[in-house]
Amino acid sequence: MLFSVGTVVTLFSWCIFKVLTTPQEADHLHAVELHTPDMDQPE
Amino acid sequence: MAVAGSAVGLGNFLRFPGLAAQYGGGAFMLAYAISFLIIGLPIGWAEWAMGRYAGSRGYNSAPGAFAAILNKPWAKYVGIIGVIVPVVIYMYYVFIESWCLGYAVKFWTGGIHLTNAESAVAMFKSMSGQVGNGSALDFSWDTALPWLLIVFVFNFWLIYRGLSGGIEKMCNYGMPLLIVLALVVLARVLSLGAPDASKPHDNVVNGLGYMWNPSKVQVEKVKPTPGEKALVRELVGAAAIAEAEKEIAASGGALKLVTITPWQQLKNPLLWMAAAAQIFFSLSVGFGVIIVYASYLGKKDDVVLSGLTASSANELCEVALGGLITVPAAVTFLGLASVAGQQTFGLGFTVLPLVFAKMPLGAFFGGAFFFMLFLAAVTSSISMLQPGIAFIEEVMNVGRKVSVTILGLLTTLGIIFVVYFTQDLKALDTLDFWVGTFLIFILATVQIIVFGWHWGVKRGFEEAHQGASIRIPAFFGIIMKWICPTFLLLIFALTVLTSLFGFDLTTFKFGSASSYVIDLFGGVKDGKALATNQAAQLSVALVVIIFIFFSLLSSRSKAYKRAEKGLPKHD
Repeated sequence: MLFSVGTVVTLFSWCIFKVLTTPQEADHLHAVELHTPDMDQPE
Repeated sequence: MAVAGSAVGLGNFLRFPGLAAQYGGGAFMLAYAISFLIIGLPIGWAEWAMGRYAGSRGYNSAPGAFAAILNKPWAKYVGIIGVIVPVVIYMYYVFIESWCLGYAVKFWTGGIHLTNAESAVAMFKSMSGQVGNGSALDFSWDTALPWLLIVFVFNFWLIYRGLSGGIEKMCNYGMPLLIVLALVVLARVLSLGAPDASKPHDNVVNGLGYMWNPSKVQVEKVKPTPGEKALVRELVGAAAIAEAEKEIAASGGALKLVTITPWQQLKNPLLWMAAAAQIFFSLSVGFGVIIVYASYLGKKDDVVLSGLTASSANELCEVALGGLITVPAAVTFLGLASVAGQQTFGLGFTVLPLVFAKMPLGAFFGGAFFFMLFLAAVTSSISMLQPGIAFIEEVMNVGRKVSVTILGLLTTLGIIFVVYFTQDLKALDTLDFWVGTFLIFILATVQIIVFGWHWGVKRGFEEAHQGASIRIPAFFGIIMKWICPTFLLLIFALTVLTSLFGFDLTTFKFGSASSYVIDLFGGVKDGKALATNQAAQLSVALVVIIFIFFSLLSSRSKAYKRAEKGLPKHD
């Protein structure tokens, strides 16, 4: 239990660290973003 | 924040604990951890890279992506799985979403008064309509119908008006709040002890043991009568085992103590398939969702760190919160014997209200927790519609509003179907297995084979590394080309042969098929003849009809004909 929980906490913490310490990384990071380009196109 | 927020959903707090409980806790966790490393992460990266490549050629749907990458006429039909999976899952996902909203409002308005586990089960059965087919369609605040109407209209209003970005921004604040609330609930669960003094073994320590210990100890009958189960009960904790040893000694040889090793449990291929499918479900990998959203990204976007951050945030919520809250609480309130028999999504709705009933300000926290889960579910369900919307836009060459209207009609019929056949939640359970487990597994397998073998690891890594601030470790090349496809194909073959159709690899004879197969074709289990189940048959028929409908649309698509020739969608 401790190993599993420790691993996921460490992995997530490392990702946060990497995002915060890489210049302009937050601008290039994407998730499943609900506003898609087809919403802006005229019908 | 947005990446982490988008990763949280019902899969973390409701589906994952339900599956872990069904498949015995600790052994499932082993299979789950291995699946995350050799399946979830690599296929996630493959899907991000393939989606972005397809988008650069102008294709935004899974069939378009497969046609653009493989340049073969049959490729689009494989890609249709990537439309069916999210669209069909949406049909039952909104039903579960409506339970979350119903629970939240009932908590806040003081409509929940739980005294014991039986009352929690009764409340969930009423809300989910398990009393009988059609009972969820009774208009009452205790059933799902009014909440479902609100959820359905809300989802399509957001999508039709293009307002889903607003709810997404709301979730950027809502999801961290959900995590804080989950930590509060976790603190309460870990301090529950044994709430029923007459059942001292039903305590949170044994709950944690059930969830995390890979080995199992159980009392079994030495000579069960035909049709009778050998298992008497499962044991967790030294005190329970010592007590059982006394009982066995006094039984005159009628009972025995059996230890089941992790290896014995891991020999069940269905456990591996369930663990892998849960990884796919909660990471949205093999789901047809990432490939569509990745198609909107450009070459400067970092798909490697995006994929890893979303996956790690998801695992944090699932393992560190979902895994520590629901199953230990279920063992504490329901007892070990009842936990394994719970429905996948039902466990959280039965157990969590009991935890809130034991908390100071429980009504407030309960309402807030289920409302945040509802918000998380709204973003997930909206994301499940985009693959269908993009597909209809592409094959019919129509605008977004027309596409949303067509998909709205289709999903309305599907939701009515799921909400009508609620006896034992048969339609939901059948669709969750054949689509939410089986089809996802097939799509993910195809994706990693396309990435590792059609593209090849070298080209695949080149595609993924464009704009990336970190490199995929080189050993993942071997995993993506050899280990992952072999593992998935092996698990798939063994699951179909042994778990679904009951083939015994030692005697080479067919035995009892899985209940999912018996529901469709009838069969014999434990010496009893079992009939087919109409709701299960109709559920599978629904999926087949949708596949035929989507195939007909795809076969006439001019865009896909260009993709098959290796041309971009637009000159």
